[in-house]
Amino acid sequence: MLKSMTLSLQKKAWLSVGSSAAVILLLSAPLFLSDFNLNLLAKFLAFAIVAIGLDLIWGYTGILSLGHGVFFGLGAYCMAMYLKLESTGGKLPDFMNWSGLSQLPAFWKPFQYAAFAIPAGIIVPMVVALILGYFTFRNRIRGVYFTILTQALVIITTTLFIGQQKFTGGTNGVTGFKTLFGFALKEPSTKVVLYLVTVAALVGVYLVCRYLVRSRTGKVLAAVRDAENRARFIGYDPVKYQLFVFSLSAGIAGLAGMLFVLHVGIISPTSMGIVPSIEIVLWVALGGRGTLIGAIIGAIAVNAAKSGLSSAFPDMWLFFMGALFVVVVVFMPKGIVGSLPQIIAWVRYKLRRTNVTTTQNLIEEAKS
Amino acid sequence: MSLKSPILSCEDVTVSFDGFKAVNQMNLTLEQGELRFLIGPNGAGKTTMLDVICGKVRATSGKIRYRGDNDISRKKEYQIAELGIGRKFQAPSIFSQLSVMENLELAMSQKRGVFSTLRAKMTAVDAKRIEEQLVLVGLADYANTNAGGLSHGEKQWLEIGMILMQEPHVLLLDEPVAGMTDEETVKTGELLKEITKLRTVIVVEHDMEFVRNYASKVTVMHEGKLLKEGNMEEVQGDAQVAEVYLGQRRDEHVVNPTA
Repeated sequence: MLKSMTLSLQKKAWLSVGSSAAVILLLSAPLFLSDFNLNLLAKFLAFAIVAIGLDLIWGYTGILSLGHGVFFGLGAYCMAMYLKLESTGGKLPDFMNWSGLSQLPAFWKPFQYAAFAIPAGIIVPMVVALILGYFTFRNRIRGVYFTILTQALVIITTTLFIGQQKFTGGTNGVTGFKTLFGFALKEPSTKVVLYLVTVAALVGVYLVCRYLVRSRTGKVLAAVRDAENRARFIGYDPVKYQLFVFSLSAGIAGLAGMLFVLHVGIISPTSMGIVPSIEIVLWVALGGRGTLIGAIIGAIAVNAAKSGLSSAFPDMWLFFMGALFVVVVVFMPKGIVGSLPQIIAWVRYKLRRTNVTTTQNLIEEAKS
Repeated sequence: MSLKSPILSCEDVTVSFDGFKAVNQMNLTLEQGELRFLIGPNGAGKTTMLDVICGKVRATSGKIRYRGDNDISRKKEYQIAELGIGRKFQAPSIFSQLSVMENLELAMSQKRGVFSTLRAKMTAVDAKRIEEQLVLVGLADYANTNAGGLSHGEKQWLEIGMILMQEPHVLLLDEPVAGMTDEETVKTGELLKEITKLRTVIVVEHDMEFVRNYASKVTVMHEGKLLKEGNMEEVQGDAQVAEVYLGQRRDEHVVNPTA
């Protein structure tokens, strides 16, 4: 008992050392990374935020959403609309001109104010999630059926965004931003500040989610995942809990989308389609479903591997990525972080064995 | 005796699945603090009766009066649970990824909204309640064990403990001793006695020896209807009941009221 307590204290100490080191490393990254790499890292961190959001609903609540690309995209579009209007000075964006619009559509108008656009980037995805969730969870649509519905949401949304070119910029999306609050987006100093904002957002989202999953609410979510009926007959309304976590998760995805646009400078339907939606799931699966750190590590690792491999092997990289996924799924089904205890145990076992053999050798040497 | 007012009374309850009447004009009245056994051959509608009371299945017609509430049969499951009706299912249903302690913590009567549980803190009073419950159901040594790792009997007790944590007025137990060893069955029976000191319990049971040992009043159902109600001797001596069960015995059913 005492041993296990000291062990868990040791573990806690390691964790706090590790996480502070990670935060310090992230905060000091602008000092040693090139502008290009810093921008890449900033993008990965935005992906890590959406991965945390997905993990909340998939890992902790057992509901697989293949529609998080949409929530991510909605947040991104809200930010992009603001940036576009800031760069045109409130005049008609270029793509509307080309599509024959002569007046700014009414729903675009409020987006010229940051005080509207930024909260909207979180609230709009939350509302969409609430509406979809209300009709599905209330009717007890679960498992794969829910997942299919989220895919349908992706198809509907991307089709709508491509089709309504005069309002959304169609396939090209929204791009051509110049400034944010008057600061040039291309300026390295602006990029550093945006990077730091992203780090802060990631840490903030992580802390909020950590509080949530450790609270009694987190336990109820696990309870609903394991035995929904039991939870219901104890007196919890699973629908409320599912709605809460689904819309929170969508809001987090929206926040990530807004940061993504700031770093990348463009949002188009391809960034919110089926493939990105599935990719988010892969990051979480690879990093370790049901661990918040795992989601972050997964998102950063997969995207770093993707950009590293694609520049090193322009023709072959997709095969390497595929191999990486297969290896992880086969050998580490719990993901990188989920498999850590086993890996540590294995390393310890090996170390002990080498220790034993060296002492045996020494004994034998002494004998001879 | 009849000075006691009924805590739960089902009046002319009918449940029909696509025309098949699983429960047909059933009446069931329970007094405060009663331990009532509900027996009958397979397909008699016993489990459906529990389902109707706890809201899992909707009554096609009829009323369920409960503690001054004129009809609870239109309420949602979680609302009925909040009113103080606890349900134990036939197969043990617990939260396998949570510890035994956490299972009880969630079941504990409390505000169950999302924003209440977000702020919830484990107080000393709560911890003591959980501790006492762990002792009552005999799981004090397993407080931090994952509930999924418990044996079948232990899971059943945990589930009963969880229902008790809700502080219900009425408990609905569906075959609580199914699959238990003799020793576990005795322990469960004693637990039931302990529970009925404060609460009203309905037990659906096939184990006739268990029923004989613990029942004061028995309700026999057959084909969705009330067949007979009374104490064990009256029920055993009833010709109709014997016929129903004898008919079943030929179909090689385990139930044997005269054994």
